[in-house]
Amino acid sequence: MSLVEIENLHVSFRTDEGTANVINGVDLEVEPGEVVCILGESGSGKSVTLRALMQLLPKRRTTISGRIRVAEHDILSLDERKMADLRGPTVAMIFQEPMTAFDPVFTVGTQIVETIKRHEKISEREAEARALELFERVRIPSPKARLKNYPFEMSGGMRQRAMIALALSCRPSLLLADEPTTALDATVQIQILLLLRELQQELGMAIMFVTHDIGVAVEVGDRIAVMYAGRFVEMGSTREVFSRPAHPYTKGLMASTVHGDMKGQRMKAIDGSPPDLTRLLPGCAFEPRCGERIPVCRQVVPAIRTAGPGHTAACVHVGAPAKELA
Amino acid sequence: MLAYIIRRILYVIPISLGVTIIAFALVHIAPGDPLNAVVGADAPAEVVEKLKRDYGFDQPLPFQYARWLGRALTGDLGNSVVNNQPVAASLAIAVPNTLMLAITATLIGFVLGACLGGLAGYFQGTWIDKIATGFGVTGVSVPHYWLGIVLVIIFAVEFNVLPAMGMGPGGSAGWEWNWTHLRHLVLPAITLSVIPCGIITRTVRATVAEILSQEFVQALHAKGLLHGRVMLHIIKNAAPTVLAVMGLQLGYLLGGSILVETVFNWPGTGYLLNDAIFRRDIPTLQGTILVLAMFFVVLNLAVDILQTAVDPRMRRS
Repeated sequence: MSLVEIENLHVSFRTDEGTANVINGVDLEVEPGEVVCILGESGSGKSVTLRALMQLLPKRRTTISGRIRVAEHDILSLDERKMADLRGPTVAMIFQEPMTAFDPVFTVGTQIVETIKRHEKISEREAEARALELFERVRIPSPKARLKNYPFEMSGGMRQRAMIALALSCRPSLLLADEPTTALDATVQIQILLLLRELQQELGMAIMFVTHDIGVAVEVGDRIAVMYAGRFVEMGSTREVFSRPAHPYTKGLMASTVHGDMKGQRMKAIDGSPPDLTRLLPGCAFEPRCGERIPVCRQVVPAIRTAGPGHTAACVHVGAPAKELA
Repeated sequence: MLAYIIRRILYVIPISLGVTIIAFALVHIAPGDPLNAVVGADAPAEVVEKLKRDYGFDQPLPFQYARWLGRALTGDLGNSVVNNQPVAASLAIAVPNTLMLAITATLIGFVLGACLGGLAGYFQGTWIDKIATGFGVTGVSVPHYWLGIVLVIIFAVEFNVLPAMGMGPGGSAGWEWNWTHLRHLVLPAITLSVIPCGIITRTVRATVAEILSQEFVQALHAKGLLHGRVMLHIIKNAAPTVLAVMGLQLGYLLGGSILVETVFNWPGTGYLLNDAIFRRDIPTLQGTILVLAMFFVVLNLAVDILQTAVDPRMRRS
């Protein structure tokens, strides 16, 4: 039994410019203890997928259909109270900007303690002891004093460590990480990634890690799922996807990555810009920017096809059909 | 924190000095001769000269100011030119009356405004928001002396359930804590509370809506907190702004209730001020303006210190 099962997920927002179809049929399974990286550019629907998993999207403007199961709970049919019970002990989230994700007028320690006490019947002192232990675990120096800090009194890296401590405070089986290193310096980024990886192995939890940085995805992911315009266009083990990218979009992303020996050359970018989600065309969403497009790409959304062992891609140029899209 | 408070208290000294200069000068900038109030226009010149000397109006202004300030520091605000009573004594009677009215009105306005604004902000865009916002806009827009008169017509004249004038039965000035006296507080307090209520409604609504749009609220939900606890976070975040606005409103009400105190014949500072203006009673005017302005200074100090206590980020700056 998978820890996470997402079937044919559709999410749309009502905006002033019309309905934005942000997620357009997403299927994903995550096994316990597995790290899945969702890779994609801004607006591709990565964060929305994570938020849909926790029912954190604004209810009045959002329409969700499909099925989401997390630890055998049917997320979309849960009422508000039951969903809140799951947030923390079953599924927790790390946000991109810990400065804005902590309440500025409460100490970090208080914010961790209130979370523990919300979910477990333990005393204030026990909760405080747990918070201290968490701070030690995420290697915050002089943890006892730091618990009494307000978020603005910490550095960016330390705040993100505190955020991780908060997310782990109720020992979740699934951790959702929404670009947790994007707002950090490069050196701090690597420390945080290593810490997350280490804690993940120690605690045996699964992580869904959203990023737009291929380097980060390769560093942490067991599997990579590449997202474009609200669909997964390619999915497979990190090694497979990285060494044999099948979808033109993934290939484009890889080609546009900057590394040291490219000095003096022009950077290769993918031409064009992501589609307007309020006016999606019937065919493949990447077709207008694709160097390998053929007439059929404009007509139907390509089915998901097998590109290798445990490796699929939604492109007409890729090997054999894996399954028909609903 | 302590250093900040001390520094903040020290600021009060130059501010107060500025306040005394303005309180003193304003009255002298206004046209008209204060002696007109004491003697008729056709009084003999030597009588006018003598009176000028007696009141010190013949001295240069800076000298008059220094003498007035020196006396004010000892609590002597001079004597009224109308009835020769010490101004400080009249204020000692009027200030508590105004305080009672203003604090009651602020409390009504604050409780009502905070509830309405909180609901409007939390349920932004719904019919609850529209009703609360409509109420707030009306509160800010209605002229309160007009509302006072309307309330008097309805509750005192038509239904005869509440008294229209004064602080007690038979126009008595003495206050007692019983229903006969409290009844007199109802209409003026409600009238006076309408503007702060509207302003606080709008402030709270905007503050709550702004806080709700911040990511940390989503993060609070993401760790499973229930609505009550999330509300606590929102209140603590909104408190500094709302406190500041409420303190300012109380300040305005202390000085700005001239119209309402006049409509309801409430013997407070506004009433005193109104009377002093019409009679060109310069010492009373100066004294009252000074005391009201000092209230404002002290209130601002209190609000600043309270804000620092609630918001840790302010202790730094």
